[in-house]
Amino acid sequence: MTDVAFSLNGSHVTLSDIPPTRTLLEWLREDRGLKGTKEGCNEGDCGACTVMVSDGEGSRALNACLLFLPQLNGKALHTVEGLSGPDGALHPVQQAMIDHHGSQCGFCTPGIVMSLATAHLEGARDHDDRLAGNLCRCTGYAPILRAAMAAESHPVPAWLADPGGNVPEPASVGSDAVQPESADDLAAWYLANPDATLVAGATDVGLWVTKALQHLGSVAFLGRCRDLQQISPVGGSLRIGAGVTIAALREALTASHSNFAEFLRRFASEQIRGAATIGGNIANGSPIGDTPPALIAMGARLHLRQGDARREIALEDFFLDYRKQDRRAGEFVEAVSIPASTPDLACYKLSKRFDQDISAVCGCFNITLEGSIVASARIAFGGMAGIPKRARAVEAALLGRPFTLETAHSALPAFASDFAPMSDMRASAAYRLEAAQALLLRHVHERLGTPVSVLELEAGA
Amino acid sequence: MSTGTPLPHDSALMHVTGTARYVDDLPVPAGTLHLAFGLSTVAHGDITAMDLSAVATAPGVVAVLTADDLPFVNDVSSSDHDEPLLSDGTVHYIGQPVFLVVAESHIAARKAARRGRIACAERPAILTGDQALAAGSRFEGGPVIWQKGNAEAAIDAAPLVVEGSLNMGGQEHFYLEGQAALALPQEGGDMIVHSSTQHPTEVQHKVAEAIGVAMHAVRIEVRRMGGGFGGKESQGNALAVACAVAARATGRPCKMRYDRDDDMMITGKRHDFRIDYRAGVDDRGRILGLDVRHLVRCGWSMDLSLPVADRAMLHADNAYALPHVRIESHRLRTNTQSATAFRGFGGPQGMLGMERIIDHIAHRLGHDPLAVRLVNYYPAANDESPASATSATGTPEQAARALVPGEDPASRAAVDLSAPADAPDPRGHATTPFHQPVEDFILHEMTDRLRKTAGYDRRRAEIAEWNRLSPVLKRGIAMTPVKFGISFTLTHLNQAGALVHVYQDGSVHLNHGGTEMGQGLFRKVAQVAARVFGIAPEAIRITATDTAKVPNTSATAASSGSDLNGMAVKAACETIRDRIAAHLADLRQTSAEHVVFGNGNVRVGGDEITFAEAAMAAYLGRVSLSATGFYATPKLSWDRKRGVGRPFLYFAYGVAVSEVAIDTLTGENRILRTDILHDAGASLNPAIDTGQIEGGFVQGAGWLTTEELVWDGKGRLTTHAPSTYKIPVASDRPRIFKVELWDAPNREDTIFRSKAVGEPPLMHGNSVFLALSDACAACGPHWPDLQAPATAERVLAAVRRARGPEGAGT
Repeated sequence: MTDVAFSLNGSHVTLSDIPPTRTLLEWLREDRGLKGTKEGCNEGDCGACTVMVSDGEGSRALNACLLFLPQLNGKALHTVEGLSGPDGALHPVQQAMIDHHGSQCGFCTPGIVMSLATAHLEGARDHDDRLAGNLCRCTGYAPILRAAMAAESHPVPAWLADPGGNVPEPASVGSDAVQPESADDLAAWYLANPDATLVAGATDVGLWVTKALQHLGSVAFLGRCRDLQQISPVGGSLRIGAGVTIAALREALTASHSNFAEFLRRFASEQIRGAATIGGNIANGSPIGDTPPALIAMGARLHLRQGDARREIALEDFFLDYRKQDRRAGEFVEAVSIPASTPDLACYKLSKRFDQDISAVCGCFNITLEGSIVASARIAFGGMAGIPKRARAVEAALLGRPFTLETAHSALPAFASDFAPMSDMRASAAYRLEAAQALLLRHVHERLGTPVSVLELEAGA
Repeated sequence: MSTGTPLPHDSALMHVTGTARYVDDLPVPAGTLHLAFGLSTVAHGDITAMDLSAVATAPGVVAVLTADDLPFVNDVSSSDHDEPLLSDGTVHYIGQPVFLVVAESHIAARKAARRGRIACAERPAILTGDQALAAGSRFEGGPVIWQKGNAEAAIDAAPLVVEGSLNMGGQEHFYLEGQAALALPQEGGDMIVHSSTQHPTEVQHKVAEAIGVAMHAVRIEVRRMGGGFGGKESQGNALAVACAVAARATGRPCKMRYDRDDDMMITGKRHDFRIDYRAGVDDRGRILGLDVRHLVRCGWSMDLSLPVADRAMLHADNAYALPHVRIESHRLRTNTQSATAFRGFGGPQGMLGMERIIDHIAHRLGHDPLAVRLVNYYPAANDESPASATSATGTPEQAARALVPGEDPASRAAVDLSAPADAPDPRGHATTPFHQPVEDFILHEMTDRLRKTAGYDRRRAEIAEWNRLSPVLKRGIAMTPVKFGISFTLTHLNQAGALVHVYQDGSVHLNHGGTEMGQGLFRKVAQVAARVFGIAPEAIRITATDTAKVPNTSATAASSGSDLNGMAVKAACETIRDRIAAHLADLRQTSAEHVVFGNGNVRVGGDEITFAEAAMAAYLGRVSLSATGFYATPKLSWDRKRGVGRPFLYFAYGVAVSEVAIDTLTGENRILRTDILHDAGASLNPAIDTGQIEGGFVQGAGWLTTEELVWDGKGRLTTHAPSTYKIPVASDRPRIFKVELWDAPNREDTIFRSKAVGEPPLMHGNSVFLALSDACAACGPHWPDLQAPATAERVLAAVRRARGPEGAGT
């Protein structure tokens, strides 16, 4: 049991002795009686439960179904019930949704307006990306986009101008859940409790609770370890703390690593990126996590910590076998380092749907040329093996040869020695292999100046 | 005039403020219990033992029920009594409910349900259509065959024969609000159930059977659904019945909502089809003879599969006059979820099959597919007024057939009561394959207009040139028509009732048998009432659908909601208006035709009073201000066994142009632009109708692109959550998306000459699939034979086929 304090639609809330894995959505609907926030999927994919969570860093749209209550400690929460003004005046996005017929059945609408309002707060214009985590089955989205654009010109209403945050937090926390204040705190506690579950963004651990219905036992919430949330230049590389969210990473790398940042645009959805951390995406060990192939292609180094002992390994060496990592008892991912710039990096993601989908195949290429000759090649794939994996045979087949389509074609057979992918609901084994080969061809085409992305095409007038 | 005005959805303000209540949002009495099903984990087998002791002792569990504990009828089927609420000892698919947990909370029920241990003697499972066909596992004994003329002879005599096959996947509804019900036990054994259902009367019927009472003891209320799309026509029965049974057993209110994964594992989806075709054509692409075979995978129980398969046959012609045609439909039974109603109800599958045939013919002949479409279109409508009813049906004497005990005549799967005679068209209209004259064909004009406004010919030429210069990316374009038949094909369902009260203050309480699932029905019907009374729509109070107010309703389905309920409401309002008019005329010693309602006022001769004053005057004059209204669609006459008659009052039309791009390396694809011109008759509400068109199109495009249902070799659905089943998101809509209404009155006398608009626009999604096929065809000389859904993987396979063996390695 644990204690939590936050603000809800402007009112202070203190909760004592709550189960640490009670989700915000359950609490809002069942305990607090606030039924505006809807449950559509309970796994962070539909966005019907979207709420606005603010702290000193700003405001994020997050999925209430994947937020454990302790994650809210010290934050300001707005639900749809708190979006209108004190006198009942509608928020501009609410009015625009009415004016532009943006709701039909209305069930997704509270989540939509919360996503729109959070984007509106920041003056965002990338509406498709902001809404990628909000499914609507009725409207075909066109009227929702019209509403989003119509609301752009309206100022943030006074009652939301300062959404709050920095709520005083309870001094003590409970027995089976801890909230360490620093990496040092975490290291000491985790060494003593190596069977505990570490919760950063809860975008995957949340599913263990909401879908697998597991009892997690001892839990550490990492949100207060500020020192794990830093991105800092160290020598010729960037050291990224494990607690950096995908959203923060994307923002920080937009200029320096534009290819990687654009790739992160397609990492899940706005709501997930705002919660999920780079450390979680690595430590989780999923063969279809999107950051590991890109990081491996960059030549990322992983920083692991066990108590006071630290070690650094190449990221690709961390992944041993399906869901088996080189991580010792009580050891955790503290940071990952990447080169300060990766001008040659290209990341491609194949999935059934462009936005907010899990990769069937993810291919990342970091090929440097001397003249027209391949001087170095780091190529890594997700979705092609039980782990994120380098394509060493393909790399070897390219090295020292001219960077041409002909070379690429001659390297295609090497894929079969690197990978024996499997069939599942996302793609067949045969397609995975063929598509992985195709991504090498795409990469060569792209660097030779041929248009290769359907996302960059526009219709004839 | 309130109709024709683009008013927002009746609940728009409540939607955006989060105050619109769905079943799971209703305040519940203290002590309410929560339910969850324990599910079968094998696709076919006999239960040999069940150990539910760990379920019963799980925290918070109040009771665990199996089939043996059910007091009365163990059935939630909408058709053949073949769908027990809880398994009767045999399991037929992975996901079938076997036992029912009653617990203190939703999460407690879910956790406990996983503790059940069910031992099964497995039987061979039939999972695919081919397996079912080989095993003779089917409904209705054998295939249903309809024919017109002599297809075989016509094909044999034709200069060219085109044959092929198209697989198309099913589709999960993915209503955002999952299935839900709340049962509140009443005194004397009565039951009130709040249900998220499109079919309150059927829920009432099934609940009454299950708790052993007459229908009058059960009241179903539905204020709104968070989406239905056909998925709540029959699939809500199980939850409502489970709640009622558990409420009866415990005496406490019971609520059930499916977790999303349970919802997708348990409930039915759109039917997947394979359509085999053989067409004889001339050198212009005119279809001289056509033979089509539908293989329909129905799943384990009958549900609504027969009328769905019928409607696929009814749209096997789409917009094309077929002089000689034979349609054979196999309704195959498999050990998978029981496929059910989904927006279009078989129409999309039948129609896509026909559009595919046209494309295949065009490819073979090297013609623009649009040219082949045009030469096969039905002839244009003539200017004659529509034919009057030649053979009235649905008369009381015909309805005297004895029902099978327990049969639900309100279900679309009930047996037809009518037995019409052949009715060849006396005036020489072209007829459909089921011999209905096509009297209202307007696609020539619609196609002409959209062809110009969308720049089809110019863009087609530009795309061909662009493709020639683009090695990796290719574009494609297609223009496809929709002709969709409007009416329930089970004739007697084409009826509706309404109940309207006017209070002394002039406010109006409106009720009818239709349900609101987001389609804007309540708003449109309120606009009808406002127009009849000549008052502002705000003066009309829209109220929850309630089986105690309007009885014996048909499902809100088949696009019929505003057609049927609008007419019933109009009748009720006119009754009251005419009573008021007569009374006021009496008072002023004039005649009723001199009493005029409008702008919130009533003018009697030279005087004008408010509508409220008129209502008060009528009340004081002891005039009844409450009325029912009723409507039965005229002219219908249909023999489904033989495939002969007039199942539809009229057709709704539309035409779409879509442009797409594909990546020939990976098969990734995207819609670039869509233009739609759609016929909603004289629209009751152009904003709501446009919303149906935009939303229907995107849903149809999703069905044919990213939405793929995958079952593993054991029959387990592996795409049972939004993480694996991908409906369109915002960025999947066309960036350029132009929708226009063809604003012309319906020839038939429908509610203010409007047309039904719920389902037809979904089939504009066909244009996306055929544009993708067009892009694939740009990769090489061969027929790409694209299959649906056109995932990246299937597009890549089609690119390979288009290139043929000589193009390998490019």
